[in-house]
Amino acid sequence: MVHDLYQETILDHSKRPRNCHTMDDANRKAEGYNPLCGDKLKLFLKVENDVVKDVSFVGSGCAISTASASLMTESLKGKTRDEALKLLDKFHELLTTDTAVSQDLGKLVVFCGVRDYPARVKCATLAWHTLKSALTNVTDPATTE
Amino acid sequence: MSTLSSQVSAGFDVEKIREDFPVLKQTIHGRPLVYLDSAATAQKPFAVIDAIRRFHEVDCANIHRGVHELSQRSTAAYEETRAKAKRFLNSRSKNELIFVGGTTEGINLVASAWGRTNVKAGDEIVISAMEHHSNIVPWQMLCEEKGAKLRVIPMNDRGELLMEEYEKLLNPRTRMVAVAHVSNALGTINPVRQIIEMAHRAGALTLIDGAQAVPHIKVDVQALDADFYTFSGHKLVGPTGIGILYGKSKLLDEMPPYQGGGDMILTVTFEKTTYNDVPYKFEAGTPNIAGGIGLGAAFDYVTHIGIEQIAAYEHDLLVYGTEALSQIPGLRLIGTAREKASVLSFVIEGIHPHDIGTVLDKQGIAVRTGHHCAQPVMDWFNVPATTRASLAFYNTTAEIDALVAGLKKVKEIFS
Repeated sequence: MVHDLYQETILDHSKRPRNCHTMDDANRKAEGYNPLCGDKLKLFLKVENDVVKDVSFVGSGCAISTASASLMTESLKGKTRDEALKLLDKFHELLTTDTAVSQDLGKLVVFCGVRDYPARVKCATLAWHTLKSALTNVTDPATTE
Repeated sequence: MSTLSSQVSAGFDVEKIREDFPVLKQTIHGRPLVYLDSAATAQKPFAVIDAIRRFHEVDCANIHRGVHELSQRSTAAYEETRAKAKRFLNSRSKNELIFVGGTTEGINLVASAWGRTNVKAGDEIVISAMEHHSNIVPWQMLCEEKGAKLRVIPMNDRGELLMEEYEKLLNPRTRMVAVAHVSNALGTINPVRQIIEMAHRAGALTLIDGAQAVPHIKVDVQALDADFYTFSGHKLVGPTGIGILYGKSKLLDEMPPYQGGGDMILTVTFEKTTYNDVPYKFEAGTPNIAGGIGLGAAFDYVTHIGIEQIAAYEHDLLVYGTEALSQIPGLRLIGTAREKASVLSFVIEGIHPHDIGTVLDKQGIAVRTGHHCAQPVMDWFNVPATTRASLAFYNTTAEIDALVAGLKKVKEIFS
């Protein structure tokens, strides 16, 4: 059923996204764009001593992409750059492979239903693609293509 | 609504027609398929499926170059489609009809073969604000190469072209006016006859993108006086990968070839090649023979039902759908032109089209979500994307009711 995809946590975060604001004192920013559906996202990070102190986003997108950005910001705070990038890899694995769900993902496991909707994987990964360019200092907007 | 529903079915046996389309008889996620994406591609009747199968089973050979029986049969069947296209579009001669891969190739052929020899720096090409990317990008590429200027006819918030603004755009530098007959994202039927007449008065040529028009309304290229008219077979219940480009003989004769290769030549030596006559000059290489034959069957099928009958039935269905969708709170129709065909494009406040599309799919309802290859249209209406339900003559009022019920479910989940 469709509720496998739109789990309660996802609906909650899509309707009331957390950390959804701009950040004046951010020291890393990146923009993400999904040309397939027009979703746009701006990500703001405050990284100090290699640790993500604060993170926020603004943008427009579907329930999956908004909830993904919201839950991502929650799970990043306090992580080192390497830990953040490792989490990205695990999240991507969750969406695109049939392997067992990693315990390290925490709340992010609610996105496991997305793997059954290949057309929606890019919605869930937009925020994470954007995170990667913010952390690796790429200045071009990240795209899901 | 029930009165309207019975009016829609009067005199048009849609249930009998649905029997011709095998794909419609299936369930998706346990629910009967409701296919509302015919503007992307139409489903195929047995007549088309069987014609393609018969070609491969019985007549398969290359065309135009064999003396053997199979080659003669397949050549005859393929060329018969050109004759059918002549009747379908009412062109003067079948030699004005070029087989192309689809609308996109038809436009690229003209932008390339005609454009390269007739457009120079300072010239102007006019398109409209509601074009599909395929009627924007080839002209942009041409303008970039030649130093010409692309100008755009604006539209109003119903999705209708502003004809007085169009008039102002026309001037002696205008070489080509390229517009859609029917908009794929909005459903607007543009006044192409008037657009063509105005272009001609200014000394410009016209290309009409007929991809969304040919399946839904009667098209007569002579009555329109179009210089070029192009469409895809697959939106007209034919196969993918085949379409037609109509061009006036005089223009086609003067144009250089599009691609070089076999079949488009009369003689070849290393010093010089003499090109074949039109339409073959534009048809290099082995074409999509099976597709051409399938398209012929599609012309026959649509002609048998009657394009006027199809247009009338679909119009009633569109009126029914417009009324039904308008009653959903928070739903805004994108594209409310007075003259419309087939398309119900809409947004629902606070719910992204991709979420709508996924929840509808789970109920067996196939719609298109996204920018419909018309990003400038989305920008104009200030929406990132829309949900588009597009109708064909095999759709029913019951399917529109299913869409409405599906959208109620969408609202339950996301409200």
